Amino acid sequence: MVWKWDFTFNEVIPRLLEVIEVTINATLGAFAFAVMVGLVLALLRRSDRKWISWPTYGFIEFIRLTPPLVQLFFIFFVFPHLFGLTLSPMVAGILGLGIHYSTYLSEVYRAGIESVPKGQWEAATALNFSPLQKWKSVILPQAIRPILPVMGNYLIVLFKETPLLSAIGLMELVGMAKGIGAETFRYTEPFTIVGILFLILSYSASLLVKRMELKLDLNRR
Amino acid sequence: MTDTQEKRFTAYDIDGKEPIVKYRKISKSFGDNEVLKEIDFDLYPGERVAIIGPSGSGKTTMARLLMTLETPTAGTIEVDGRHLWHKEVNGKLVPADEKHLHEVRGDIGMVFQHFNLFPHMTIMRNLTEAPVKVLGLPKKEAEERAKEMLEKVGMSEKAKDYPASLSGGQQQRVAIARALVMRPKVMLFDEPTSALDPETVGEVLNVIKDIAKQGDMSMMLITHEMSFAREVADRVCFFDEGKIQEQGPPSEIFTNPETERLREFLKGFNVNGNGESQ
Ligand SMILES: Nc1ncnc2c1ncn2[C@@H]1O[C@H](COP(=O)(O)OP(=O)(O)OP(=O)(O)O)[C@@H](O)[C@H]1O
Ligand SMILES: [Mg+2]
Repeated sequence: MVWKWDFTFNEVIPRLLEVIEVTINATLGAFAFAVMVGLVLALLRRSDRKWISWPTYGFIEFIRLTPPLVQLFFIFFVFPHLFGLTLSPMVAGILGLGIHYSTYLSEVYRAGIESVPKGQWEAATALNFSPLQKWKSVILPQAIRPILPVMGNYLIVLFKETPLLSAIGLMELVGMAKGIGAETFRYTEPFTIVGILFLILSYSASLLVKRMELKLDLNRR
Repeated sequence: MTDTQEKRFTAYDIDGKEPIVKYRKISKSFGDNEVLKEIDFDLYPGERVAIIGPSGSGKTTMARLLMTLETPTAGTIEVDGRHLWHKEVNGKLVPADEKHLHEVRGDIGMVFQHFNLFPHMTIMRNLTEAPVKVLGLPKKEAEERAKEMLEKVGMSEKAKDYPASLSGGQQQRVAIARALVMRPKVMLFDEPTSALDPETVGEVLNVIKDIAKQGDMSMMLITHEMSFAREVADRVCFFDEGKIQEQGPPSEIFTNPETERLREFLKGFNVNGNGESQ
């Protein structure tokens, strides 16, 4: 099979660029969801009340240990029957990947929270901060700084998982490449270009994470 | 309490004053380890009490119970007439909740051995965060207060810096200012100089002496600096094995220790008649 340049430039690249936004939106949407829900899970998991912390732990483990694809299918195909809730592929995708990654991020948050020295909690108590103020002013800012690079890496991993969403009919990069292939019987160019696009985006994101890591290291000194 | 007992008890004039802090039969155990044994202890408004004693005798635990960093196993503590660890419900004492602790705790401030400044905030923000968030002061007023206190501890120049760029002694001075801006009625100092380089101990002790001279705040000073205790304190309490073994004005404690334990303890510090450590 010979590589066709005109096909690549006139058909493949324009059509892929048209949907690259879909991939990016799904990534950012799911990540934003995971960042917020992950924190909530981490806090619930730490609760003194066993009837809160145990179910949270169970939920986290269950989600973490089952495939995201199954969760996506469940949300997309079963939710309509179960709750009468029909979601668009984009919303179902953001929800599914968001929940899945929130369980990973909850563990990351946990590590960050545990890295805050006991003396910080005690100083906050001595200044009579309320529990909520303690978290907001003292604990979370210190817990989140060191975990930012790890969170950045999860963003990249999540980005690379978005092709899963083609399975629930979302027209993102891989879905489009498959579509082009089905129409033209040419798969080499679309999938090569998809690979390159993922590489470019992942690589630039990883450079950003590296820079952040360096900056945090410098600031710590 | 008779006059002669009072004399023996503290050099401070407690005539007609009610204690601001009352420990009653306070016990604290960590597992099987009984660290404090039915302690009774009063602290008077404006009184400065030094707490001395060997390592592990329960000095830190004594202060942490008042700061609500540790829960007593038994007994009660009152602060300014209110129970700290208990609430009165229909005349009965029930364990306090966080809301109650929050109300009473405001009277207490604490300076830690390891400073515990907030590393992600500037010095100024370290001092204004609690006044703004906890006391609800307007930011401007909090900054005025903070500036005044930084001046007092000689740290005005560093207001915009972060804690990591300060020496240990400087950090501790800031930590003292941070506790003071909350205007507590009682200040706890837990070995404020024992984590410091010898060169910077003096500057911190001087700051504490200055505060002590102003005399409106009660102070509990846990320290191994005997000459400092002698100079600043109205009363010295000697802790050993979870009990107050002996207490009295520094002149008595350092020159005429009654118990053998205290005599032995003071030998370790080589304290002469003036309470100077050498
Ligand atoms: N959180 C804790 N868990 C278990 N044991 C503890 C805890 N805190 C203190 N202890 C124990 O309680 C005893 C008294 O400790 P405390 O810190 O009050 O002594 P201290 O008089 O302040 O000693 P130092 O002069 O060394 O500071 C020690 O035996 C210590 O090991
Ligand atoms: Mg101690």
